Amino acid sequence: GLLVTACGLLRHRPGGGGAFWVDSQQKRYVPVKGDHVIGIVTAKAGDVFRLDVGGSEPASLSYLAFEGATKRNRPNVQVGDLIYGQFVVANKDMEPEMVCIDSSGKSSGMGIIGQDGFLFKVSLGLIRKLLAPKCEIIQELSQLYPFELVIGMNGRIWVKAKTIQQTLIIVNILEACEYMTAEQRKQALAKLSGN
Amino acid sequence: GVLERSREQLLRQTCEAVVLGVLHPRTAISLVLQVLSDAGSLLSCCLNAACMALLDAGLPLAALFCGVTCALQPDGTILLDPTARQEQEARAILTFAISSSERKVLMSTTKGSCSVEEMQQCLAAAQRAATTIFQFYRDSVRRRYSKS
Repeated sequence: GLLVTACGLLRHRPGGGGAFWVDSQQKRYVPVKGDHVIGIVTAKAGDVFRLDVGGSEPASLSYLAFEGATKRNRPNVQVGDLIYGQFVVANKDMEPEMVCIDSSGKSSGMGIIGQDGFLFKVSLGLIRKLLAPKCEIIQELSQLYPFELVIGMNGRIWVKAKTIQQTLIIVNILEACEYMTAEQRKQALAKLSGN
Repeated sequence: GVLERSREQLLRQTCEAVVLGVLHPRTAISLVLQVLSDAGSLLSCCLNAACMALLDAGLPLAALFCGVTCALQPDGTILLDPTARQEQEARAILTFAISSSERKVLMSTTKGSCSVEEMQQCLAAAQRAATTIFQFYRDSVRRRYSKS
């Protein structure tokens, strides 16, 4: 038989064999293989870094899992740095493991996140909305100021704009997007670009 | 005190029966309940709040559960969700935790004395009342998901 264990909306995709899934809003992040997340380095233990990814266990990241890293050429990672990487091992029985290269050895945007900028947490539902293919929020924001954005599936977002004030404005808008309708958001952005 | 500990144990046993702990090994799931005001039927109120909290957090559950309190009055009539006053005047107070799958009983606790037939009648009344509570859960969740 079939047992429903998650609370949410039942969705259906008719294409191919057809797929049914439950769209649920979780509070806490659970590591999943293949997810791209932002981790905070908490410790260096020999050849391995320990990262806090917001799950129940810290994830491990080998120093060789960076583009162009060799035993002689180690990446310059300090405790407290932000790392954008993906999970290669993530199940309930083992400690999660991350890497900052993809299967062909290229970094493709992953690695140590630069200096400055602002890291903040949002709900997992908002992250999924922002990462959906046609997300208007990011398009509208990019017309306001130029900025760099890193979105982690574990609910963490890193933003960096030209000035601290612009960065904080973008942070506030992204946090408020959780509860604003599209209309309210357009009004808020119009007010800001008018100033 | 001992009463709070006993309530914690009853809540824990009910939650452990429905939460799928197998999916989260070597992990502690802690549930914190803060009593804002107590107007009677506290244990079943705690059970309902606990189930809604587990739903809100998105934890995997095998079934939903709800709590119903029955007060058996001295003249034999059954009163559901008694107030503090009605609880004091009652001959017996029975609290049941009812599961959403086939209205099975997950937990039952009795204060006072009653006959077997009276307990069966209270249980039947509680199972009927559980339907209303599960409908409330459904409406609350629907409202929450319609906002996003």
